[in-house]
Amino acid sequence: MKVLVAVKRVIDYNVKIRVKADNTGVETANVKMSMNPFDEIAVEEAIRMKEKGAATEIIAFSAGPAQCQETIRTALAMGADRGVLVQTDAELQPLAVAKLLKAVVDKEQPGLVIVGKQAIDDDSNQTGQMLAALLGWSVGTFANKLNVADGTVEVKREVDGGLENIKIKMPAVITTDLRLNEPRYASLPNIMKAKKKPIETLAPDALGVDVAPRLKTLKVEEPPKRKSGIKVKTVAELVEKLRNEAGVI
Amino acid sequence: MAVLVVAAHDGKTVRANVANAVAAAAQMDPEVHVLVAGSNAGEAAQSAAAIQGVAKVLQAEDAAYANWLAEDIAPLVVKLAPGYSHVVMAADSVGKNVAPRAAALLDVAQVSEAIQVVSPDTFVRPIYAGNAMATVQSTDKIKIVTVRPTNFKAAAGGGSAAIEQIAGTGSAGLSSFAGAELSKSERPELTSAKIVVSGGRGLQSGENFKMLETLADKLGAGLGASRAAVDAGYVPNDYQVGQTGKVVAPDLYIAIGISGAIQHLAGMKDSKTIVAINKDEEAPIFQVADYGLVGDLFQIVPELTAAIEKK
Ligand SMILES: Cc1cc2nc3c(=O)[nH]c(=O)nc-3n(C[C@H](O)[C@H](O)[C@H](O)COP(=O)(O)OP(=O)(O)OC[C@H]3O[C@@H](n4cnc5c(N)ncnc54)[C@H](O)[C@@H]3O)c2cc1C
Ligand SMILES: Nc1ncnc2c1ncn2[C@@H]1O[C@H](COP(=O)(O)O)[C@@H](O)[C@H]1O
Repeated sequence: MKVLVAVKRVIDYNVKIRVKADNTGVETANVKMSMNPFDEIAVEEAIRMKEKGAATEIIAFSAGPAQCQETIRTALAMGADRGVLVQTDAELQPLAVAKLLKAVVDKEQPGLVIVGKQAIDDDSNQTGQMLAALLGWSVGTFANKLNVADGTVEVKREVDGGLENIKIKMPAVITTDLRLNEPRYASLPNIMKAKKKPIETLAPDALGVDVAPRLKTLKVEEPPKRKSGIKVKTVAELVEKLRNEAGVI
Repeated sequence: MAVLVVAAHDGKTVRANVANAVAAAAQMDPEVHVLVAGSNAGEAAQSAAAIQGVAKVLQAEDAAYANWLAEDIAPLVVKLAPGYSHVVMAADSVGKNVAPRAAALLDVAQVSEAIQVVSPDTFVRPIYAGNAMATVQSTDKIKIVTVRPTNFKAAAGGGSAAIEQIAGTGSAGLSSFAGAELSKSERPELTSAKIVVSGGRGLQSGENFKMLETLADKLGAGLGASRAAVDAGYVPNDYQVGQTGKVVAPDLYIAIGISGAIQHLAGMKDSKTIVAINKDEEAPIFQVADYGLVGDLFQIVPELTAAIEKK
Protein backbone atom coordinates (compact mmCIF):
# COMPACT_ATOMS: atom_id res chain seq x y z
CA MET A 1 0.00 0.00 0.00
CA LYS A 2 1.18 3.47 -0.90
CA VAL A 3 0.73 6.23 1.64
CA LEU A 4 0.56 9.85 0.59
CA VAL A 5 1.45 12.48 3.18
CA ALA A 6 0.91 16.22 2.79
CA VAL A 7 3.60 18.54 4.10
CA LYS A 8 3.04 22.29 4.18
CA ARG A 9 5.78 24.88 4.45
CA VAL A 10 4.80 27.36 7.14
CA ILE A 11 6.40 30.02 9.31
CA ASP A 12 8.12 28.16 12.14
CA TYR A 13 5.94 27.90 15.23
CA ASN A 14 8.56 29.68 17.34
CA VAL A 15 8.66 32.82 15.19
CA LYS A 16 6.91 35.91 16.47
CA ILE A 17 4.47 36.90 13.75
CA ARG A 18 4.55 40.46 12.42
CA VAL A 19 1.69 41.93 10.46
CA LYS A 20 2.78 43.90 7.39
CA ALA A 21 2.45 47.66 7.65
CA ASP A 22 0.20 47.78 4.57
CA ASN A 23 -2.18 45.23 6.13
CA THR A 24 -1.95 42.82 3.19
CA GLY A 25 -0.62 39.88 5.19
CA VAL A 26 2.15 38.88 7.57
CA GLU A 27 5.87 39.40 7.11
CA THR A 28 7.48 36.32 5.53
CA ALA A 29 10.77 37.81 4.29
CA ASN A 30 13.79 36.54 6.25
CA VAL A 31 11.57 34.48 8.50
CA LYS A 32 12.38 30.90 9.48
CA MET A 33 10.15 28.43 7.66
CA SER A 34 9.52 24.82 8.72
CA MET A 35 7.27 21.88 8.05
CA ASN A 36 3.85 22.33 9.64
CA PRO A 37 4.15 20.46 12.99
CA PHE A 38 1.04 18.35 12.38
CA ASP A 39 2.58 17.21 9.08
CA GLU A 40 5.70 15.97 10.87
CA ILE A 41 3.30 13.77 12.81
CA ALA A 42 1.74 12.63 9.52
CA VAL A 43 5.13 11.71 8.06
CA GLU A 44 6.12 9.90 11.25
CA GLU A 45 2.93 7.85 11.23
CA ALA A 46 3.49 6.81 7.62
CA ILE A 47 7.07 5.79 8.39
CA ARG A 48 5.91 3.66 11.30
CA MET A 49 3.41 1.95 9.00
CA LYS A 50 6.20 1.19 6.59
CA GLU A 51 8.40 -0.12 9.38
CA LYS A 52 5.58 -2.42 10.48
CA GLY A 53 5.07 -3.62 6.91
CA ALA A 54 1.64 -2.02 6.51
CA ALA A 55 2.92 0.49 3.94
CA THR A 56 5.23 -0.10 1.00
CA GLU A 57 5.96 3.39 -0.26
CA ILE A 58 5.61 6.88 1.18
CA ILE A 59 5.06 9.85 -1.10
CA ALA A 60 5.44 13.35 0.32
CA PHE A 61 3.25 16.02 -1.31
CA SER A 62 3.61 19.75 -1.00
CA ALA A 63 1.99 22.63 -2.86
CA GLY A 64 3.40 26.14 -3.08
CA PRO A 65 6.54 27.97 -4.18
CA ALA A 66 9.81 26.28 -5.22
CA GLN A 67 11.09 26.43 -1.63
CA CYS A 68 8.57 23.72 -0.69
CA GLN A 69 11.28 21.42 -2.07
CA GLU A 70 13.02 21.90 1.27
CA THR A 71 9.93 20.79 3.15
CA ILE A 72 9.67 17.71 0.97
CA ARG A 73 13.40 17.04 1.55
CA THR A 74 12.76 17.11 5.26
CA ALA A 75 10.07 14.46 4.84
CA LEU A 76 12.44 12.41 2.65
CA ALA A 77 15.14 12.69 5.29
CA MET A 78 12.71 11.45 7.91
CA GLY A 79 12.02 8.39 5.74
CA ALA A 80 9.56 9.18 2.92
CA ASP A 81 10.55 7.60 -0.40
CA ARG A 82 9.82 10.28 -2.96
CA GLY A 83 8.22 13.67 -3.36
CA VAL A 84 5.62 15.43 -5.46
CA LEU A 85 5.75 19.21 -5.59
CA VAL A 86 2.89 21.13 -7.13
CA GLN A 87 4.73 24.34 -7.77
CA THR A 88 2.94 27.67 -7.86
CA ASP A 89 3.41 31.14 -6.45
CA ALA A 90 -0.35 31.64 -6.35
CA GLU A 91 -2.16 31.89 -3.03
CA LEU A 92 -3.52 28.45 -2.18
CA GLN A 93 -6.62 27.97 -0.05
CA PRO A 94 -7.69 24.62 1.43
CA LEU A 95 -10.25 23.79 -1.28
CA ALA A 96 -7.60 24.32 -3.96
CA VAL A 97 -5.03 22.23 -2.07
CA ALA A 98 -7.63 19.48 -1.66
CA LYS A 99 -8.22 19.51 -5.42
CA LEU A 100 -4.49 19.33 -6.14
CA LEU A 101 -4.16 16.47 -3.68
CA LYS A 102 -7.08 14.70 -5.33
CA ALA A 103 -5.41 14.96 -8.73
CA VAL A 104 -2.24 13.40 -7.30
CA VAL A 105 -4.26 10.72 -5.51
CA ASP A 106 -5.98 9.86 -8.80
CA LYS A 107 -2.55 9.29 -10.36
CA GLU A 108 -0.85 7.52 -7.49
CA GLN A 109 -3.74 5.52 -6.02
CA PRO A 110 -2.57 5.42 -2.41
CA GLY A 111 -4.49 3.40 0.17
CA LEU A 112 -4.18 6.15 2.75
CA VAL A 113 -3.60 9.88 2.70
CA ILE A 114 -2.35 11.38 5.95
CA VAL A 115 -2.46 15.15 6.44
CA GLY A 116 -2.20 17.44 9.43
CA LYS A 117 -5.38 18.45 11.23
CA GLN A 118 -4.50 22.11 10.90
CA ALA A 119 -1.89 24.30 9.25
CA ILE A 120 -0.56 26.65 11.91
CA ASP A 121 -0.50 29.60 9.50
CA ASP A 122 -4.06 29.77 8.16
CA ASP A 123 -5.50 27.68 11.04
CA SER A 124 -8.18 26.42 8.64
CA ASN A 125 -8.53 22.78 9.64
CA GLN A 126 -10.21 21.90 6.34
CA THR A 127 -7.94 20.29 3.76
CA GLY A 128 -8.16 16.63 4.83
CA GLN A 129 -11.92 16.74 5.26
CA MET A 130 -12.29 18.40 1.84
CA LEU A 131 -10.00 15.90 0.15
CA ALA A 132 -11.99 12.97 1.54
CA ALA A 133 -15.20 14.61 0.29
CA LEU A 134 -13.82 15.12 -3.22
CA LEU A 135 -12.65 11.52 -3.37
CA GLY A 136 -15.85 10.13 -1.84
CA TRP A 137 -13.66 8.50 0.83
CA SER A 138 -14.08 8.15 4.53
CA VAL A 139 -12.12 10.35 6.90
CA GLY A 140 -10.65 9.95 10.35
CA THR A 141 -10.06 13.45 11.67
CA PHE A 142 -8.00 14.44 14.73
CA ALA A 143 -6.40 11.00 15.01
CA ASN A 144 -4.91 10.05 18.37
CA LYS A 145 -4.24 6.44 17.43
CA LEU A 146 -4.50 4.37 14.25
CA ASN A 147 -4.80 0.68 13.61
CA VAL A 148 -4.77 -0.48 9.99
CA ALA A 149 -6.20 -3.94 9.37
CA ASP A 150 -8.04 -5.73 6.56
CA GLY A 151 -9.14 -2.79 4.51
CA THR A 152 -10.29 -0.76 7.47
CA VAL A 153 -8.68 1.72 9.80
CA GLU A 154 -9.63 1.94 13.44
CA VAL A 155 -9.23 5.56 14.41
CA LYS A 156 -9.21 6.91 17.93
CA ARG A 157 -10.18 10.56 17.58
CA GLU A 158 -9.64 13.52 19.87
CA VAL A 159 -13.07 15.13 20.29
CA ASP A 160 -14.60 17.76 22.58
CA GLY A 161 -15.62 15.33 25.29
CA GLY A 162 -12.52 13.12 25.21
CA LEU A 163 -11.84 10.29 22.77
CA GLU A 164 -14.02 8.54 20.21
CA ASN A 165 -13.43 5.35 18.23
CA ILE A 166 -14.54 4.90 14.66
CA LYS A 167 -13.91 2.31 11.99
CA ILE A 168 -13.49 3.59 8.48
CA LYS A 169 -13.21 1.85 5.13
CA MET A 170 -10.04 2.17 3.10
CA PRO A 171 -8.96 3.97 1.05
CA ALA A 172 -9.24 6.79 3.54
CA VAL A 173 -7.95 10.16 4.63
CA ILE A 174 -6.52 10.67 8.11
CA THR A 175 -5.84 13.99 9.82
CA THR A 176 -3.32 13.92 12.66
CA ASP A 177 -3.69 15.28 16.16
CA LEU A 178 -0.87 16.06 18.56
CA ARG A 179 -0.88 12.82 20.52
CA LEU A 180 -0.70 10.45 17.53
CA ASN A 181 3.06 10.07 17.86
CA GLU A 182 6.28 11.93 18.51
CA PRO A 183 8.00 12.66 15.21
CA ARG A 184 11.64 11.61 14.85
CA TYR A 185 14.50 13.86 13.87
CA ALA A 186 16.25 13.06 10.62
CA SER A 187 19.73 11.63 11.14
CA LEU A 188 22.66 13.11 9.23
CA PRO A 189 23.14 10.03 7.02
CA ASN A 190 19.44 10.10 6.17
CA ILE A 191 19.64 13.80 5.33
CA MET A 192 22.45 12.94 2.89
CA LYS A 193 20.50 10.04 1.43
CA ALA A 194 17.41 12.21 1.00
CA LYS A 195 19.29 14.43 -1.44
CA LYS A 196 19.21 11.59 -3.96
CA LYS A 197 15.55 10.73 -3.57
CA PRO A 198 13.38 11.90 -6.51
CA ILE A 199 11.00 14.86 -6.40
CA GLU A 200 8.56 15.26 -9.26
CA THR A 201 7.45 18.81 -10.01
CA LEU A 202 4.03 19.50 -11.48
CA ALA A 203 2.01 22.60 -12.28
CA PRO A 204 -1.63 23.11 -11.18
CA ASP A 205 -2.60 23.56 -14.84
CA ALA A 206 -1.13 20.22 -15.80
CA LEU A 207 -3.33 18.65 -13.15
CA GLY A 208 -6.34 20.51 -14.50
CA VAL A 209 -6.99 22.32 -11.25
CA ASP A 210 -8.18 25.91 -10.97
CA VAL A 211 -6.59 27.19 -7.78
CA ALA A 212 -8.15 30.68 -7.80
CA PRO A 213 -8.97 31.69 -4.20
CA ARG A 214 -12.64 31.74 -3.27
CA LEU A 215 -12.06 33.91 -0.24
CA LYS A 216 -10.73 37.40 -0.85
CA THR A 217 -8.50 38.64 1.93
CA LEU A 218 -9.50 42.27 2.35
CA LYS A 219 -7.03 43.05 5.13
CA VAL A 220 -4.86 41.54 7.82
CA GLU A 221 -4.49 43.41 11.09
CA GLU A 222 -2.83 43.15 14.48
CA PRO A 223 -5.09 41.71 17.14
CA PRO A 224 -6.21 44.11 19.86
CA LYS A 225 -3.64 44.34 22.66
CA ARG A 226 -4.51 43.52 26.27
CA LYS A 227 -3.62 46.38 28.55
CA SER A 228 -0.88 45.35 30.89
CA GLY A 229 -1.81 44.20 34.35
CA ILE A 230 -0.11 44.29 37.71
CA LYS A 231 1.82 41.92 39.92
CA VAL A 232 0.33 41.26 43.32
CA LYS A 233 2.51 40.28 46.27
CA THR A 234 0.30 37.95 48.26
CA VAL A 235 -2.63 35.60 47.93
CA ALA A 236 -4.65 37.92 50.20
CA GLU A 237 -4.04 40.81 47.83
CA LEU A 238 -5.01 38.67 44.84
CA VAL A 239 -8.27 37.59 46.43
CA GLU A 240 -9.08 41.16 47.43
CA LYS A 241 -8.51 42.38 43.84
CA LEU A 242 -10.56 39.57 42.33
CA ARG A 243 -13.42 40.32 44.71
CA ASN A 244 -13.48 44.09 44.78
CA GLU A 245 -11.67 45.31 41.67
CA ALA A 246 -12.49 42.69 39.03
CA GLY A 247 -15.65 41.43 40.75
CA VAL A 248 -15.19 37.93 39.38
CA ILE A 249 -15.33 35.83 42.56
CA MET B 1 -32.52 33.57 1.78
CA ALA B 2 -32.30 32.06 5.22
CA VAL B 3 -29.35 30.72 7.19
CA LEU B 4 -29.11 27.07 8.20
CA VAL B 5 -27.42 26.34 11.53
CA VAL B 6 -26.39 22.71 11.85
CA ALA B 7 -26.71 21.73 15.50
CA ALA B 8 -24.74 19.08 17.35
CA HIS B 9 -26.55 17.51 20.28
CA ASP B 10 -26.48 14.65 22.75
CA GLY B 11 -29.96 13.37 21.95
CA LYS B 12 -31.58 15.40 24.72
CA THR B 13 -30.44 18.95 24.11
CA VAL B 14 -28.48 20.73 21.45
CA ARG B 15 -25.01 21.79 22.54
CA ALA B 16 -24.87 25.06 24.44
CA ASN B 17 -22.81 26.60 21.62
CA VAL B 18 -25.73 26.26 19.19
CA ALA B 19 -27.24 29.36 20.84
CA ASN B 20 -24.01 31.22 20.04
CA ALA B 21 -24.08 29.93 16.46
CA VAL B 22 -27.70 31.09 16.11
CA ALA B 23 -26.68 34.56 17.32
CA ALA B 24 -23.88 34.67 14.75
CA ALA B 25 -26.19 33.36 12.01
CA ALA B 26 -28.77 36.06 12.75
CA GLN B 27 -26.13 38.63 11.81
CA MET B 28 -25.82 37.02 8.37
CA ASP B 29 -29.56 36.86 7.72
CA PRO B 30 -32.48 37.41 10.10
CA GLU B 31 -34.21 34.16 9.15
CA VAL B 32 -32.45 31.33 10.97
CA HIS B 33 -33.33 27.66 10.61
CA VAL B 34 -31.71 24.93 12.69
CA LEU B 35 -31.04 21.41 11.47
CA VAL B 36 -31.20 18.71 14.13
CA ALA B 37 -30.21 15.38 12.64
CA GLY B 38 -30.20 12.28 14.76
CA SER B 39 -31.76 9.08 15.82
CA ASN B 40 -34.44 9.89 18.41
CA ALA B 41 -33.61 13.56 18.24
CA GLY B 42 -37.07 14.80 19.21
CA GLU B 43 -36.04 16.28 22.53
CA ALA B 44 -32.97 17.85 20.99
CA ALA B 45 -35.15 19.38 18.26
CA GLN B 46 -37.38 20.88 20.95
CA SER B 47 -34.39 22.40 22.71
CA ALA B 48 -33.39 24.01 19.40
CA ALA B 49 -36.92 25.33 18.89
CA ALA B 50 -36.62 27.12 22.24
CA ILE B 51 -33.70 29.28 21.12
CA GLN B 52 -34.82 32.87 20.47
CA GLY B 53 -34.50 33.95 16.87
CA VAL B 54 -34.95 30.48 15.40
CA ALA B 55 -37.72 30.57 12.79
CA LYS B 56 -37.87 26.86 12.08
CA VAL B 57 -36.27 23.61 13.18
CA LEU B 58 -35.69 20.82 10.67
CA GLN B 59 -35.58 17.44 12.34
CA ALA B 60 -34.09 14.61 10.30
CA GLU B 61 -34.51 11.16 11.82
CA ASP B 62 -32.19 8.48 10.52
CA ALA B 63 -30.33 5.70 12.27
CA ALA B 64 -27.26 6.77 10.30
CA TYR B 65 -27.14 10.06 12.19
CA ALA B 66 -26.83 8.57 15.66
CA ASN B 67 -23.12 9.22 16.04
CA TRP B 68 -22.49 12.20 13.85
CA LEU B 69 -20.24 10.54 11.30
CA ALA B 70 -19.20 13.17 8.76
CA GLU B 71 -19.70 10.78 5.85
CA ASP B 72 -23.39 10.44 6.75
CA ILE B 73 -24.27 13.95 7.96
CA ALA B 74 -22.54 15.93 5.19
CA PRO B 75 -24.80 14.63 2.38
CA LEU B 76 -27.86 15.86 4.30
CA VAL B 77 -26.31 19.30 4.70
CA VAL B 78 -25.44 19.29 0.99
CA LYS B 79 -29.02 18.39 0.08
CA LEU B 80 -30.45 21.27 2.12
CA ALA B 81 -27.78 23.90 1.41
CA PRO B 82 -29.10 25.15 -1.97
CA GLY B 83 -32.11 26.57 -0.14
CA TYR B 84 -29.87 28.76 2.02
CA SER B 85 -27.46 31.65 1.70
CA HIS B 86 -25.29 30.36 4.56
CA VAL B 87 -24.64 27.17 6.48
CA VAL B 88 -23.28 27.81 9.96
CA MET B 89 -21.78 25.49 12.54
CA ALA B 90 -20.01 26.11 15.83
CA ALA B 91 -16.26 25.61 15.44
CA ASP B 92 -16.10 22.60 17.76
CA SER B 93 -14.94 19.06 17.01
CA VAL B 94 -18.23 18.29 15.24
CA GLY B 95 -18.32 21.46 13.16
CA LYS B 96 -14.67 21.12 12.19
CA ASN B 97 -15.32 17.57 11.05
CA VAL B 98 -18.57 18.04 9.14
CA ALA B 99 -18.54 21.56 7.66
CA PRO B 100 -15.47 21.22 5.40
CA ARG B 101 -16.80 17.95 3.99
CA ALA B 102 -20.09 19.63 3.08
CA ALA B 103 -18.25 22.65 1.66
CA ALA B 104 -16.09 20.56 -0.66
CA LEU B 105 -19.09 18.56 -1.85
CA LEU B 106 -20.76 21.87 -2.70
CA ASP B 107 -17.53 23.16 -4.29
CA VAL B 108 -17.45 26.19 -2.02
CA ALA B 109 -14.85 27.54 0.37
CA GLN B 110 -15.28 27.48 4.12
CA VAL B 111 -14.67 30.38 6.46
CA SER B 112 -13.18 28.78 9.57
CA GLU B 113 -13.74 30.14 13.08
CA ALA B 114 -15.26 33.49 12.25
CA ILE B 115 -15.11 35.82 15.25
CA GLN B 116 -17.04 38.68 13.68
CA VAL B 117 -19.66 39.08 10.97
CA VAL B 118 -18.80 42.29 9.13
CA SER B 119 -21.51 41.83 6.51
CA PRO B 120 -23.31 38.80 5.08
CA ASP B 121 -20.31 37.92 2.92
CA THR B 122 -17.45 39.31 5.00
CA PHE B 123 -16.00 37.87 8.18
CA VAL B 124 -13.08 38.38 10.53
CA ARG B 125 -11.12 35.30 11.51
CA PRO B 126 -7.92 34.80 13.48
CA ILE B 127 -4.89 33.34 11.71
CA TYR B 128 -1.40 32.43 13.02
CA ALA B 129 -2.72 31.46 16.46
CA GLY B 130 -4.57 34.75 16.76
CA ASN B 131 -1.46 36.83 16.11
CA ALA B 132 -3.20 38.33 13.11
CA MET B 133 -6.81 39.00 12.22
CA ALA B 134 -7.87 38.47 8.61
CA THR B 135 -10.95 40.06 7.10
CA VAL B 136 -12.14 37.76 4.33
CA GLN B 137 -14.88 38.08 1.78
CA SER B 138 -16.54 35.02 0.35
CA THR B 139 -17.22 34.97 -3.39
CA ASP B 140 -19.22 31.73 -3.27
CA LYS B 141 -22.98 31.59 -3.63
CA ILE B 142 -23.45 29.46 -0.53
CA LYS B 143 -21.27 30.49 2.39
CA ILE B 144 -20.16 27.79 4.78
CA VAL B 145 -18.99 29.35 8.02
CA THR B 146 -17.85 27.90 11.31
CA VAL B 147 -18.07 30.43 14.12
CA ARG B 148 -16.11 30.69 17.34
CA PRO B 149 -18.82 30.46 20.00
CA THR B 150 -17.01 32.61 22.59
CA ASN B 151 -17.19 35.61 20.26
CA PHE B 152 -20.97 35.63 19.93
CA LYS B 153 -23.28 36.17 22.88
CA ALA B 154 -25.65 33.23 23.09
CA ALA B 155 -29.21 33.82 21.89
CA ALA B 156 -31.66 33.63 24.80
CA GLY B 157 -34.15 30.84 25.42
CA GLY B 158 -37.93 31.04 25.54
CA GLY B 159 -38.55 30.73 21.81
CA SER B 160 -41.07 28.37 20.25
CA ALA B 161 -40.17 27.65 16.65
CA ALA B 162 -42.08 25.11 14.60
CA ILE B 163 -40.44 21.73 14.11
CA GLU B 164 -40.64 20.23 10.65
CA GLN B 165 -39.78 16.59 10.02
CA ILE B 166 -37.59 15.99 6.99
CA ALA B 167 -36.28 12.84 5.35
CA GLY B 168 -32.81 11.56 6.07
CA THR B 169 -30.23 10.62 3.47
CA GLY B 170 -29.26 7.23 4.88
CA SER B 171 -25.84 5.79 5.48
CA ALA B 172 -22.91 6.24 3.13
CA GLY B 173 -21.60 2.91 4.38
CA LEU B 174 -18.07 4.23 4.73
CA SER B 175 -17.64 4.49 8.47
CA SER B 176 -19.03 3.24 11.73
CA PHE B 177 -18.93 4.29 15.35
CA ALA B 178 -17.15 2.00 17.79
CA GLY B 179 -17.58 3.69 21.15
CA ALA B 180 -16.38 6.73 23.03
CA GLU B 181 -14.11 7.25 25.99
CA LEU B 182 -15.47 10.48 27.34
CA SER B 183 -13.96 12.27 30.32
CA LYS B 184 -16.52 12.30 33.09
CA SER B 185 -16.80 15.47 35.06
CA GLU B 186 -19.33 17.17 37.30
CA ARG B 187 -17.59 20.46 36.65
CA PRO B 188 -18.88 23.10 34.23
CA GLU B 189 -17.95 22.48 30.63
CA LEU B 190 -14.69 24.23 29.76
CA THR B 191 -15.89 26.39 26.88
CA SER B 192 -18.96 27.74 28.66
CA ALA B 193 -17.66 27.96 32.26
CA LYS B 194 -17.63 31.41 33.90
CA ILE B 195 -14.37 30.58 35.62
CA VAL B 196 -11.60 28.33 34.29
CA VAL B 197 -8.65 27.00 36.29
CA SER B 198 -5.86 25.70 34.04
CA GLY B 199 -2.67 23.86 34.87
CA GLY B 200 0.54 23.31 32.97
CA ARG B 201 3.76 21.38 33.11
CA GLY B 202 4.52 23.14 36.39
CA LEU B 203 2.04 20.80 38.09
CA GLN B 204 4.53 17.95 37.54
CA SER B 205 1.99 15.11 37.72
CA GLY B 206 -1.63 14.09 37.28
CA GLU B 207 -1.77 13.50 41.02
CA ASN B 208 -0.93 17.16 41.65
CA PHE B 209 -3.80 18.23 39.39
CA LYS B 210 -6.11 17.19 42.25
CA MET B 211 -5.02 20.42 43.91
CA LEU B 212 -6.50 22.33 40.99
CA GLU B 213 -9.67 20.25 41.14
CA THR B 214 -10.20 21.35 44.73
CA LEU B 215 -9.65 24.97 43.78
CA ALA B 216 -11.92 24.64 40.74
CA ASP B 217 -14.69 23.13 42.84
CA LYS B 218 -14.54 25.97 45.36
CA LEU B 219 -14.91 28.43 42.50
CA GLY B 220 -17.45 26.43 40.51
CA ALA B 221 -14.90 26.48 37.72
CA GLY B 222 -14.10 24.33 34.70
CA LEU B 223 -10.67 22.71 34.43
CA GLY B 224 -8.26 23.27 31.57
CA ALA B 225 -4.64 22.55 30.78
CA SER B 226 -1.75 23.37 28.51
CA ARG B 227 -0.64 21.03 25.76
CA ALA B 228 2.42 20.07 27.81
CA ALA B 229 0.19 18.86 30.65
CA VAL B 230 -1.92 16.82 28.23
CA ASP B 231 1.07 15.37 26.38
CA ALA B 232 2.59 14.34 29.70
CA GLY B 233 -0.62 12.48 30.51
CA TYR B 234 -1.58 14.54 33.58
CA VAL B 235 -5.06 15.15 32.16
CA PRO B 236 -7.15 14.00 29.16
CA ASN B 237 -6.84 15.58 25.71
CA ASP B 238 -10.12 17.45 25.94
CA TYR B 239 -8.66 19.71 28.66
CA GLN B 240 -6.28 21.35 26.20
CA VAL B 241 -6.76 25.09 25.78
CA GLY B 242 -5.09 26.81 22.86
CA GLN B 243 -4.56 27.27 19.14
CA THR B 244 -5.13 23.61 18.46
CA GLY B 245 -7.29 22.82 21.48
CA LYS B 246 -10.28 24.63 22.91
CA VAL B 247 -10.88 28.35 22.93
CA VAL B 248 -12.25 29.76 26.16
CA ALA B 249 -13.22 33.27 27.21
CA PRO B 250 -14.48 33.08 30.80
CA ASP B 251 -14.87 35.98 33.21
CA LEU B 252 -11.88 34.63 35.11
CA TYR B 253 -9.02 32.44 33.83
CA ILE B 254 -6.41 31.27 36.30
CA ALA B 255 -3.23 29.93 34.64
CA ILE B 256 -1.14 27.90 37.05
CA GLY B 257 2.33 26.64 36.16
CA ILE B 258 1.79 27.60 32.51
CA SER B 259 4.52 29.57 30.72
CA GLY B 260 2.23 31.29 28.22
CA ALA B 261 3.41 30.08 24.79
CA ILE B 262 1.57 31.83 21.93
CA GLN B 263 -0.21 28.57 21.16
CA HIS B 264 -1.68 28.58 24.65
CA LEU B 265 -2.50 32.31 24.66
CA ALA B 266 -4.46 31.78 21.43
CA GLY B 267 -7.02 29.84 23.42
CA MET B 268 -7.50 32.11 26.43
CA LYS B 269 -6.43 35.67 25.85
CA ASP B 270 -9.99 36.88 25.32
CA SER B 271 -10.82 36.00 28.93
CA LYS B 272 -12.14 39.00 30.85
CA THR B 273 -9.76 38.72 33.80
CA ILE B 274 -6.58 36.65 33.68
CA VAL B 275 -4.60 35.53 36.72
CA ALA B 276 -1.17 33.93 36.34
CA ILE B 277 0.66 31.99 39.02
CA ASN B 278 4.21 31.12 38.02
CA LYS B 279 7.55 30.94 39.78
CA ASP B 280 9.36 32.53 36.83
CA GLU B 281 8.71 36.26 36.85
CA GLU B 282 9.82 36.45 33.19
CA ALA B 283 7.19 33.93 32.04
CA PRO B 284 5.30 35.34 29.00
CA ILE B 285 1.97 34.53 30.64
CA PHE B 286 2.47 37.62 32.82
CA GLN B 287 2.25 39.80 29.70
CA VAL B 288 -1.42 38.99 29.33
CA ALA B 289 -2.26 38.61 33.03
CA ASP B 290 -4.30 41.26 34.82
CA TYR B 291 -3.00 39.93 38.12
CA GLY B 292 0.29 38.07 38.31
CA LEU B 293 1.57 36.28 41.36
CA VAL B 294 5.19 35.15 41.26
CA GLY B 295 5.90 32.15 43.42
CA ASP B 296 5.71 28.42 43.97
CA LEU B 297 2.32 27.07 42.97
CA PHE B 298 2.59 24.26 45.52
CA GLN B 299 2.49 26.91 48.21
CA ILE B 300 0.17 29.40 46.53
CA VAL B 301 -2.62 27.11 45.34
CA PRO B 302 -3.47 25.65 48.79
CA GLU B 303 -3.33 29.15 50.24
CA LEU B 304 -5.61 30.50 47.53
CA THR B 305 -8.03 27.61 47.96
CA ALA B 306 -8.22 28.30 51.68
CA ALA B 307 -8.70 32.03 51.16
CA ILE B 308 -11.59 31.45 48.81
CA GLU B 309 -13.23 29.14 51.31
CA LYS B 310 -13.28 32.00 53.78
CA LYS B 311 -15.53 34.06 51.48
C1 LIG C 1 1.57 22.66 16.50
C2 LIG C 1 1.54 23.07 17.94
C3 LIG C 1 0.32 23.25 18.54
C4 LIG C 1 0.25 23.59 19.89
N1 LIG C 1 -0.98 23.77 20.44
C5 LIG C 1 -1.05 24.12 21.75
C6 LIG C 1 -2.31 24.35 22.39
O1 LIG C 1 -3.37 24.27 21.77
N2 LIG C 1 -2.32 24.65 23.70
C7 LIG C 1 -1.16 24.77 24.45
O2 LIG C 1 -1.24 25.04 25.66
N3 LIG C 1 0.03 24.58 23.86
C8 LIG C 1 0.12 24.25 22.55
N4 LIG C 1 1.35 24.03 22.00
C9 LIG C 1 2.53 23.93 22.89
C10 LIG C 1 3.13 25.26 23.30
O3 LIG C 1 4.03 25.69 22.31
C11 LIG C 1 3.90 25.06 24.63
O4 LIG C 1 4.88 24.06 24.47
C12 LIG C 1 3.00 24.66 25.80
O5 LIG C 1 1.89 25.54 25.88
C13 LIG C 1 3.78 24.71 27.11
O6 LIG C 1 3.01 24.24 28.17
P1 LIG C 1 3.34 24.72 29.66
O7 LIG C 1 3.24 26.19 29.73
O8 LIG C 1 2.49 23.91 30.57
O9 LIG C 1 4.83 24.19 29.86
P2 LIG C 1 6.18 25.00 30.02
O10 LIG C 1 6.38 25.92 28.89
O11 LIG C 1 7.22 24.00 30.33
O12 LIG C 1 5.91 25.91 31.29
C14 LIG C 1 5.80 25.44 32.59
C15 LIG C 1 5.75 26.66 33.49
O13 LIG C 1 5.53 26.26 34.83
C16 LIG C 1 6.28 27.09 35.69
N5 LIG C 1 6.52 26.33 36.92
C17 LIG C 1 7.21 25.19 37.08
N6 LIG C 1 7.18 24.80 38.36
C18 LIG C 1 6.46 25.71 39.04
C19 LIG C 1 6.10 25.86 40.41
N7 LIG C 1 6.44 24.98 41.33
N8 LIG C 1 5.36 26.94 40.73
C20 LIG C 1 5.00 27.87 39.82
N9 LIG C 1 5.32 27.77 38.52
C21 LIG C 1 6.04 26.70 38.13
C22 LIG C 1 7.56 27.38 34.91
O14 LIG C 1 8.17 28.59 35.36
C23 LIG C 1 7.04 27.48 33.48
O15 LIG C 1 6.73 28.82 33.13
C24 LIG C 1 1.43 23.73 20.65
C25 LIG C 1 2.67 23.58 20.02
C26 LIG C 1 2.73 23.25 18.68
C27 LIG C 1 4.07 23.09 18.03
N1 LIG D 1 0.03 23.98 0.48
C1 LIG D 1 0.00 22.78 1.08
N2 LIG D 1 0.92 21.84 0.78
C2 LIG D 1 0.91 20.64 1.39
N3 LIG D 1 0.00 20.28 2.30
C3 LIG D 1 -0.94 21.17 2.65
C4 LIG D 1 -0.99 22.46 2.08
N4 LIG D 1 -2.04 23.12 2.62
C5 LIG D 1 -2.60 22.28 3.52
N5 LIG D 1 -1.95 21.10 3.54
C6 LIG D 1 -2.24 19.92 4.37
O1 LIG D 1 -3.51 20.07 4.97
C7 LIG D 1 -3.39 20.14 6.39
C8 LIG D 1 -4.46 21.04 6.97
O2 LIG D 1 -4.30 22.35 6.48
P1 LIG D 1 -5.42 23.48 6.66
O3 LIG D 1 -6.70 22.90 6.16
O4 LIG D 1 -4.93 24.62 5.81
O5 LIG D 1 -5.46 23.83 8.12
C9 LIG D 1 -1.95 20.54 6.64
O6 LIG D 1 -1.51 20.10 7.91
C10 LIG D 1 -1.24 19.83 5.50
O7 LIG D 1 -1.05 18.46 5.81
